[in-house]
Amino acid sequence: MTTVAANSSGGQPMIDKTIAAKDALSQVHDGQTLMVGGFGAPGTPFTLIDLLVKQGAKRLTLIKNDANEPGMGVSRLLEAGQVQTLIASHIGMNPTAVAMMNRRELDVLLYPQGILAEKIRAGGAGLLGFLTDIGVDTILRDSREVLHLDGREAILERALRADVTLIHAAIADRAGNLIFAKSARNFCPLMATAASRVIVEAEKVVATGTLDPDRIHLPGAFVDAILVLDELTPDYGILPQHAL
Amino acid sequence: MEYCPNMPYKKKIAARAALEMRSGQVINLGIGIPNLILDYLPAGLEVFVQSENGILGIGPRSAAGTEDRNQIDAGANYVDLNPGASFFDSALSFALIRGGRVNLSFLGTLEVSQNGDLANWIIPGKMAPGIGGGMELAQKAQRVIVTTSHSTREGAPKILTRCTLPLTARGCVKTIITELAVIDVTPQGLMLREIAHESSLREVQEKTDAPLLFPPGEIPRF
Repeated sequence: MTTVAANSSGGQPMIDKTIAAKDALSQVHDGQTLMVGGFGAPGTPFTLIDLLVKQGAKRLTLIKNDANEPGMGVSRLLEAGQVQTLIASHIGMNPTAVAMMNRRELDVLLYPQGILAEKIRAGGAGLLGFLTDIGVDTILRDSREVLHLDGREAILERALRADVTLIHAAIADRAGNLIFAKSARNFCPLMATAASRVIVEAEKVVATGTLDPDRIHLPGAFVDAILVLDELTPDYGILPQHAL
Repeated sequence: MEYCPNMPYKKKIAARAALEMRSGQVINLGIGIPNLILDYLPAGLEVFVQSENGILGIGPRSAAGTEDRNQIDAGANYVDLNPGASFFDSALSFALIRGGRVNLSFLGTLEVSQNGDLANWIIPGKMAPGIGGGMELAQKAQRVIVTTSHSTREGAPKILTRCTLPLTARGCVKTIITELAVIDVTPQGLMLREIAHESSLREVQEKTDAPLLFPPGEIPRF
């Protein structure tokens, strides 16, 4: 109440979730489950991932839509041997990850893309799981629990949660309100709802109160820490292999 | 681009497939041949093309030097936007798909059967990079059109009585467009709708490992 009174009488917002790079991953530990935002490069927190490679946490379970591409993003975690299990939708852009899967150096669980998104959304919404008919007529049913609902077969999909989520945002304010850029939104807001600790890297951080509340994609309540990016490495730029 | 008879087979399939779109439709284009369809969009046709990562209203691939690093399609290509485009998260993107709002889904395939079964995501022991958005599109889009070469690179038929590979979805395909023919999946079986100028009924049947039905009268050419 004191804060509200101070603000309404013209005081400056005091909450500041920005942190230094050296502290960003201090609460990531061996054996934890991590969600990492991004669909391909957009939304992938390349800087936080590189810090995690340096930090060295091992036996991680990694949840990401894809595996990026060799030498980039989460592929660096895979190549460094830090990931035990990868939960994804499609890793075809990363032959290194496919080869690790085929050599059984990496456990990979693959889900239909929207089902993966929904498992995360459900986890973030405090649900235990949901029922779907996606895949009931396929080999997916062999590894799933099949239930009956109103005379129809349905696959039980369990919700996903993580210890830590790492995502990339275009703009943050100091209270953690986020704006994503274009197709970089993808899994980021979903993953931010589904972890005990949410760490954001942001290209720009502005004073709280300067963002239009009607333009905020994710409320700051979901965000625990913000790393301000001083520079964008080439990974964030135009990737020549995908340009004409 | 206009259709012409001697174009490479992938472009020919894409050009013919483009004629299946109707103004106002929400459309999803899979990777491979489906991705070429936008190059042949008939003039004046207004469709909204969805990209599973969270865009509705993508246009063609961006010209060199005009790319936006945050604007890619589901195949990681940099793309332009059309008027009325919007961005959203991946859960909403699949609400669009599973909720039945995608009118038309163009998909490539490994195999397709005479009753519309689709197998395009896994070759056990050989290729299993993941499911992506294909299973949900195949199962929930209002109409699924397969665009594919008529045979495999080794010359084996892709249109079969029964799929041999694990299915993506059962009975989902409504139309098959190849460089040789346009074939509709009907309750009676595979109905030949059109045939390529340079092909023949005999060639189409020989390269199709399932019985074909022929409509009365002359079969239109494309």
